This record gives sequence, C-alpha cells and structure tokens, in this order.
Amino acid sequence: MYLIEAKRTLAENVNEYVISAPKAARNARPGQFVILRVDANGERVPFTICDINRTLGTVTILVQTVGATTAKLAMLGAGDHIADFVGPLGNPTDLTGYGKVMLVGGGIGGAVIYPQAKYLASIGKPATVVLGARNESLLMYEREMGNFASALHIMTDDGSKGGKGFVTDKVRELLSAEKYDVVMAVGPLMMMKAVCDVTKEFGVHTIVSMNSVMVDGTGMCGCCRVTVDGERKYACVDGPEFDGHLVDFDEARLRAGFYKEQEAEHMCRIRGGKR
Amino acid sequence: MAVLPRNKTREAAPEVRARNFEEVNAGFDAETAAKEAARCLNCKNPLCRKGCPVGINIPAFIAKVKEGDIMGAAAVIKRDNNLPSICGRVCPQETQCENNCILKKNGSVAIGALERFVGDYAIRHKTPVETPVRNGYRAAVVGSGPAGLSCGADLAKAGFDVTVFEAFHEPGGVLVYGIPEFRLPKSIVKAEINTLKELGVRIETNVVVGKTYTLDDLREDYDYIFLGTGAGLPMFMNIKGEGLNGVCSANEFLTRVNLMKAMEKDSATPVQRAHNVIVVGAGNVAMDAARTALRLGAEKVTIVYRRSRDEMPARREEIHHAEEEGIELKLLTNPVEVLGKDHVEGVRCIKMELGEPDERGRRRPVPVEGSEFEIPCDQLIMALGTSPNPIIKNSAPELETTSRGTVVVDEAGLTSMERVYCGGDAATGAATVILAMSAGKRAAKAIIEAAERK
Repeated sequence: MYLIEAKRTLAENVNEYVISAPKAARNARPGQFVILRVDANGERVPFTICDINRTLGTVTILVQTVGATTAKLAMLGAGDHIADFVGPLGNPTDLTGYGKVMLVGGGIGGAVIYPQAKYLASIGKPATVVLGARNESLLMYEREMGNFASALHIMTDDGSKGGKGFVTDKVRELLSAEKYDVVMAVGPLMMMKAVCDVTKEFGVHTIVSMNSVMVDGTGMCGCCRVTVDGERKYACVDGPEFDGHLVDFDEARLRAGFYKEQEAEHMCRIRGGKR
Repeated sequence: MAVLPRNKTREAAPEVRARNFEEVNAGFDAETAAKEAARCLNCKNPLCRKGCPVGINIPAFIAKVKEGDIMGAAAVIKRDNNLPSICGRVCPQETQCENNCILKKNGSVAIGALERFVGDYAIRHKTPVETPVRNGYRAAVVGSGPAGLSCGADLAKAGFDVTVFEAFHEPGGVLVYGIPEFRLPKSIVKAEINTLKELGVRIETNVVVGKTYTLDDLREDYDYIFLGTGAGLPMFMNIKGEGLNGVCSANEFLTRVNLMKAMEKDSATPVQRAHNVIVVGAGNVAMDAARTALRLGAEKVTIVYRRSRDEMPARREEIHHAEEEGIELKLLTNPVEVLGKDHVEGVRCIKMELGEPDERGRRRPVPVEGSEFEIPCDQLIMALGTSPNPIIKNSAPELETTSRGTVVVDEAGLTSMERVYCGGDAATGAATVILAMSAGKRAAKAIIEAAERK
C-alpha cells in the first residue's frame, strides 16, 4: 500500500497527489512515468511524474478525472492509501545537450513540463515556457513555473488569462522572433500534433510525450505501441518521448479511444448509475 | 502379459467448458491414480527420467503412489522439482518423459497426470515448512516466474537470504499473466508461492529492476543475483493495418484477462469482447488466446497459421482441446494485410505451401501466387512469439547480450557480470515453463557452489 501524503485540487476534476513511494522516488527522473492501481480490482494506469522529492521519498502526479480509475482516485484524499505504485518507468528526458529550449504545456501537460523547467533552471539553462489551457482555472503550475522559466507565456482559449488563443499561436510568434534548438510539447494528442505542425515549418526539433494506454508498462504486452517514422515503437520502453515530427498522431488518437465505451460502463457502476 | 490401457483424466464437456474459465482437465482421483501408477513397469533403466529436463526420479515417485504413500511421492518429486502441481499441468510430457516410456505403443504411463495428482495432494495435506538455517549470503532473484521461483526456492533451502523482485503487483510471472485459469488455476500458483514464503523468501512486488533498482544497486546489496525476467516485447507481422483498434498481442489480451481479471464484473480493466476472432500463430499461447476469446463469448474463433498441422508448435493436447471446443484451424494461410478503417474488419490472407526445409529442418512455407482471400473478423490477436525485454540490458551496458537481445550465459547460467546469473526465456528466448525452471535450478546450484568455494 502506498500512502497519499497530500492532495490538492488544482482545477475542477484536476487533482495533484503526493504519493509516498521511496523506492520509485530514488531513481526517478523528469520525463519518466509511474503506473498505479487504486485498489485490488483496479486497472493499471500510467501517469507522468510531475515532481520528485528524494529526501522525503515522494513522487507527485497530476490526475484529471476522465475515467473509472481516476474517478476512484478522486474520491481518495491525504491519509488514504492506493494499492500499487510502480516506477520509475520509461526513459528520462535529456534536454541538457540543447542550447535554447522552449517547453510547451497544454492543459495538465503543463504539470509534465514543470519538472523539466525546474531541472533546466537548476543547471543554469532556464527554458522559455508556454502554458495553455481552455481558461484561467485550468492553467497548471503557473505560479511555480514562474520561478524556473526564463520567460513564461500564458495562453487561454477564452482570453481569461494571458493571450487569447492557442499555444500554437504563441509558439509561432516565439519561433518567428528567435531561434530555438528544441521544443518540448506535452498535452492532449491534438495539441501536440498542432505544435508539431508549427515547429515543422520552422525546422525545429520537437519532442512529445506519449501517454498511451498500457498494461504492464515494462515492454511485455505491446499495448502502448506507437508508429514513429513508419516503425513500431513502444511508449513504455522506447519512450514515452519521441520525435514529434515522426509520430503518427492520427493512429495514436484512434488507439487512445479504444476502450472509451467499456470505460463509460464501468464509470456507471462506480457512480451508481450516473454516467 | 497384456498391458492395461492408459487411464484418462476427467474433463468437462467441450460445449460446457468453452463458456467458463474453470479448469478443463480435472486430473485423476485417488483410485485412478493408483490404477495408473500400477501400470508403471519400474524399468531398470528408466528412460522417462532422461526425458525430464529436471531429472525427476519418476519410477521412484510412481512406486510411492502405488504404495499409497502420496506424501512420500511428493518428497521424491520435490528433490528435483519445486512445482509439481504446475509442471504436472503445463509440461509437454508427451515430448519429454512420456515420449520415452517403454509402454508408449500401448499408451505411456500418464506421468504428468500422476505428478499433478501428487502435487495437488501435497498442497492439500501440507505441513508447515521449516525455515532453513541461514548461511549468511544474500541473493536477489529478479522475476517471479518459473525460473525465478525455482531458483529462489533452491537458494532458500540452501540457507540463502532470498528476496524476489517482481515488476507486476502480483508474483507468478507468466504463470499468472500468461497461462489461463482453465489450464492452470491461480490458486495452485498462490499455494506454490506461499511455500516459497514459508522458506523465508521475501517477495517485493512493484519493483522493475533496471528502473526502480539498477543491477549495480542490487550488486551492492546482494552477494548473488539471478535474472529470470522472462520474455519481452511481442512480435507483430509488420503488415499494413496492425495499428488498428481490435488488433493486439496475445500477451496483452491474456494479461488483461488472466492477471487483471477483465472478465469479472468488478474489474476496472477493460477487454474487447469480440464476436469473430482471428488468432495468428499456433503455439500454446495462440491456443490459450483462442480459447480465452471463446470463453469471453466469441461466436467464432479461427486460428490462422502459415505452416501445416505437423509443424504447429503447441502441445497436441492443447490443439485437441481447442478443436473440441469449436475453434477452427486455417492452416497454410498467412495474413498479408489487416483490413478496416478505424477498427479491424478482416484480414487479407494468402495461401501457403510447404517448400524446402529451413535450418531447423522445418519445411519453409511459401506463398501461393494469386491465392489471396479475405476473412472477416472484429478482433485480431497476434501470437507470434516475443523478443527479449530490453530494460535490464539498457540499464547495464556491461551485461553481454546476443544480437537477438538474449543474455549471454555459460553452462551454469553465469552472465558476463560477476555474481550475476540468468536463466529462462531471458537467456534462451521464448521456451517452456519446465526449461525455465531447470535453468533456475541450474543457476541456484552454481550459486550454492560458488558460495561454498568462498
């Protein structure tokens, strides 16, 4: 059992959990993920690591309530336990070799780029950060990010905070003004695809993080396969990060929706008839 | 003297069992076991024993069954095999011990069924195991499948302080995620794992060695390490349409059902319940996937295989069971394209014929030009084997591996890294439970000897 040390609601249906998991925290690095199970009947669901505290032995994840597992998790709070928590899985990000870095986070993807921003700042190479969301209340880690970004740009669909529009508008503006060596974009599949379409025009290498459906997360089941440059790759052992210009996003989007119907049925049972 | 016919084990009717997950083969009752044991001629030169990868003293254990001393029989088996209930069920006895039986012409002695009978009896009548006296050495076993469990048990019996690391939330490896309940009930696996715990073995789940701990971390904390990480990434065919929904590996499909219990109402893990399923491949895993699909409610399940019946790698018994349950075999047939827009709608196949033998002596299948045809389906399961797991290798570059990615070991299972041993699918590529077990035992023996030399 793994203790939930702290829980913070960041927006409607978005919760931050600090989980006590000293073993996972020990070797965890930004860019990696964990797999958790809420209870004995739980599904194995992957979450990208948002923060790591090796001294306290904790790993922080951000969870958006979208399905059965996340709905169950949403019912738990600090002091409660979850059944299983394994990690770190996947490969860590390595942005140290690049000169000027732009990090782009859409929705809860903002939380995933947070450890990158923090790490880059710690090695004296702070990144430009673009955070986007539908509205102000859905912006993630905005204040924290300000401490580590060389420049922080906010975009909201409705203009409730920062510029009105999509992150892609800001990415285009920034790339037009200045040369970047790499862009790392994390968020919903279609957001990452849209960012890649823009960066491709400018010929800037772009890294995306694929949050595929997984079972074991250790290279056994093949569920998380992603087509990259016409080749089959596995998000769990080859990723989760890939060259965004080579990822087949349409296929990834199709595969991400495969279990939606069964998921809805199960949600119905958890919530006692309500979907 | 006329030889009595081989006794049959009890089996549920195909039309009944094909719709539930209960064990198909109910084994021998005590009376039949005694009758079957009486068939053994107790040969002076027992060839059966030579056919056993772990060299169980088969005539000796059968003699004990004849005497009615079942616990005595169990003690004989356990000298060489820690997991008789499992091996009695899943070993390919027909190509090993039973294939060498002198009575083969009249029906070999049912050694597998007897082993299982003894193993199950021993579980039911078990007395607590005494924790062995510790020898002061610490051993880490990575993976809790057949290789890890047998290695861990032997080391613990020899006095090692053993910790087994498992990546999943539950120990057992392929015995729990791969082999279905109807062939190997999970209660049996649990019982065998409990015996291990009684020997003082600690099992740490949710640890991925190579990620949570590196091999170097383990080398600091343990005197000896055994890697029994099993097989890895599933193979696909590299044909068009494999990324469509409804296409998955047998590993994924079976893990969702066996480990995650997706067929149960309370399980949060989803699994596709299809109407018309095609399974590609003809090994035991393909049979397991096909029969599992049937039990999830499929109306039609077809196995597609590019060679002929004689080359099917699955056990005869499994093929027989699958056919009895209504699974159709489309032999000398190979998929060339997966059809569908978003979801798989069918498979375009080509007819094959057998040509010249390949390097392993199996006749190579060659496509028959212009023979393409389509088979409709709403689920396509690939059971084509696996390639080794890359995680440990990637985290320990000094661990020597072959071009195929399997870990290089010497006869005793020692890798290129000092104090690190490996065995089972991780070293050999995909094979059987019993071969993995024997590799685990061999490595345990080598580790015990190395410790004694110190």
